[in-house]
Amino acid sequence: MYGYIVKRMLMLLPTLLGAAILVFLLLRLVPGDICLIKFGGEGSYADPEQIKQCQERLGLSEPIYVQFVDYIAGFLTFDLGTSMWTGRSVEHEIGIRFQLSLQIAIMATLTSIVIAIPLGVISAAKQNTMTDYVVRGFSIAGIAMPSFWLGILIILGLLITTQELLGRPWMPPIHYVPIWEDPMHNLSQLIWPALATGYRYSAVATRMTRSAMLEVLGEDYVRTARAKGLVEKIIINKHALKNAMLPVVTIIGMEFAFLMGGLVVTEQVFNLNGIGKLFVESVTQSDFTMTQALVMLVVVIFVVMNFLVDVAYAWLDPRIRYS
Amino acid sequence: MKKLWRSTATTALAIGVAALFGPAAAKAETPQYGDELRMVVGSNIPSFDAHIESTFGMIHPIRPFYSVLIRVNPDNPSSPTDFVCDVCEGAVPKPTEGGTKYTFKIRNDIKFHDGTPLTAHDVKATFDKIVFPPEGIASNRVAYFRMVESITTPDDYTVEFKLKNPSGTFLPSVAMPFNFIYAKKDLDTHGYTWHQKNVNGSGAFKFAEYVPGSHVKGVKYEGYHHKGQPYLDGFTAIAAPKMSVRLQAIRGGQADIEFRGFPPKARDDLVAALGDQITVQESDWNCVLIVTPNHEVKPMDDARVRRALSLAIDRKGGSQYLSKIAIVKTVGGIVFPGHPLAATEEELSQLAGYGNDIEANRAEAKRLLKEAGHENLKITLHNRGVDQPYKVVGTWLIDQWKKIGVEADQWVQPSTPFYATLRSKKDFTISLDFNCQSIINPIADISKFLPGSGANYAYFQDEQLVKWYDEMLAEGDEAKQRELMRKYEKRVLDDLASQFITLWWYKINPHRSYVKGWKIAPSHYLNQALDNIWIDQAEKKRQLGG
Repeated sequence: MYGYIVKRMLMLLPTLLGAAILVFLLLRLVPGDICLIKFGGEGSYADPEQIKQCQERLGLSEPIYVQFVDYIAGFLTFDLGTSMWTGRSVEHEIGIRFQLSLQIAIMATLTSIVIAIPLGVISAAKQNTMTDYVVRGFSIAGIAMPSFWLGILIILGLLITTQELLGRPWMPPIHYVPIWEDPMHNLSQLIWPALATGYRYSAVATRMTRSAMLEVLGEDYVRTARAKGLVEKIIINKHALKNAMLPVVTIIGMEFAFLMGGLVVTEQVFNLNGIGKLFVESVTQSDFTMTQALVMLVVVIFVVMNFLVDVAYAWLDPRIRYS
Repeated sequence: MKKLWRSTATTALAIGVAALFGPAAAKAETPQYGDELRMVVGSNIPSFDAHIESTFGMIHPIRPFYSVLIRVNPDNPSSPTDFVCDVCEGAVPKPTEGGTKYTFKIRNDIKFHDGTPLTAHDVKATFDKIVFPPEGIASNRVAYFRMVESITTPDDYTVEFKLKNPSGTFLPSVAMPFNFIYAKKDLDTHGYTWHQKNVNGSGAFKFAEYVPGSHVKGVKYEGYHHKGQPYLDGFTAIAAPKMSVRLQAIRGGQADIEFRGFPPKARDDLVAALGDQITVQESDWNCVLIVTPNHEVKPMDDARVRRALSLAIDRKGGSQYLSKIAIVKTVGGIVFPGHPLAATEEELSQLAGYGNDIEANRAEAKRLLKEAGHENLKITLHNRGVDQPYKVVGTWLIDQWKKIGVEADQWVQPSTPFYATLRSKKDFTISLDFNCQSIINPIADISKFLPGSGANYAYFQDEQLVKWYDEMLAEGDEAKQRELMRKYEKRVLDDLASQFITLWWYKINPHRSYVKGWKIAPSHYLNQALDNIWIDQAEKKRQLGG
């Protein structure tokens, strides 16, 4: 097992290096110049001399191979550089947003697990009954409905219902305060996007739990357990559920990684200062250093989550051995 | 339908009330001290250094920390020519020595937030940085101060600007809100880039907190030099790039005001939802979308084609209908409508595309196209991927051109490649471009239409325009400036049709009615010191609860 973990960790390095090269090259192909946007973005006169100085200052006038060597050197020494747009360190800029994105990802994942696993199990246990149809309808609606759209509905719903009930419209706070500073403010802001994304996330996991459970419930050892007269509740909870969790864990792991960097539109809808919003801004501002660092962050998160999911397999199913 | 009428009537009433009684009521009310202002800002802060930035995303949250030498009159910001002293004393000085020297007396009771007294040396160091930046140091407004020969300080509280020639653009350039006064001590000690990440001003508020991408907080500066101000204890500027968030934040009680402006529909929605809890202020806006043909590309090298495209546009009709859905409204020439140098309605009606008989204009346009051999012209309008007002105006233009038989489609690009196309690739036939300035400074602003100015993307040469522009720059007499301006405008819009104006923008600021003291200006960059704003706390409590 330990040998497998070390081997997997070593395999991360070429994956990360390949991603780093790819993102560097792709960004250079995108048209646009951060200096032009900075100096003339609001329609004001952009002095060519200022543009030139800006490009020199940011290292954009250097040959591509020099920029590449600088970038890889920084990457290898864990120095992500400074944002071309703000001049602040990339670590600082990402760090501010990371805690919010992490909290949303955790809250959405918990929401999803709390909804998905019981519903998936109930749906499978009561296959082709009215309960099953309702759960399937609920989960299909979740898959079909983009979380940002649900977010918009939540905000409008809150505005309208509070106006009707309290006489004044209310919407969630629009700037982030860490949970340890003001838990009420924090939760009243983040619970809504967590619900919006958690619902979609749970819909996928519910479907997966149901189909995995159905498969397991058809296995010989479940039939044997029933023949022995075991209570259905024990069969499901003790014998079937754990074995049905392998594909569900994969889905949860991948969705968690996605939530860390992929909540681009939902973050805009709820005005969350997270990694997704930073991503959009850095791309639209042609901020190469920031975009490169963010892409690498998401790659690392995906790779690490994949690795953790693989490790979790062995814990869930003792028959799985990595040798 | 009934609902629509009700909503429109409520909007009209709210605007009417604000317009009729707003200023009078503001005068009658006594400002209250205390409370905080929460504003939403639709853009992020690239850096804190206004000398190198040009976005309102920096001005709105950072301007309250700084003073400037002169500024638009905060009590009369709609006037394009009413400037008052901020750190200088008395009235804004008149030029001497044949219009080539301006002497500013600096107040002796001003201190920076760190306690350093503000003197003429700080003003000189600031303008030296802006006008004569050292090698390798960026300054975004060097071009506005090309007429400045030297800046000197005869004593600790006097600054003199010596100009190379008389200039009508100097004072408006000095009044730009980007000219934050920095302490010489900070520049000398920390260098010229220190202000990009640090704040030490002498404005109404002291810097308290900045969370990148989230918000900026300021707290009241007790030593502010305009006695009795500011009224607020502080402010929070919350970054909210999405318009719907800014709108719903005001509706849902998470923000009090947004200073850039909303489209008409958003105003109507807010007023419909909140009624008298919303005050609406509206103004002409010193921004305009310009149709820019690329003269280096056929058939835009032919003045007849360009003129035909301008003649096809029904500006008055467009104003009536587009103003209901977009942030454009006012018909005007190259100068901000309402400025003394702008064309009157009669003068405008003499120019191509401004005549009252649109059918006659379009018949002439068709004749010109036929004469030029482009009866079945097909063109692609290059446009910026921003809804308000670019895409709305672009779609309208396509419809207007269709009426003279021109088949047009739109090529919409996000901002970054849009600028790359305009400025470096130049692979467009005709594009929308825009001119959006802070202070109304017509002679500087119209450099957008000057061939070879760097900001003109029509790519053509014309010695006559350059000659008249140079004459305007050196002309101190306003009547003569106006005469030259008419010639310049006719040549741009009519004789050459080198570029042409669509509609001027229209600024709409609906805000919570408990926000008092702020008056709309014709630019979203102006009147942002926040020193005259106060909160009617009883009204706020009534609206938002305890």
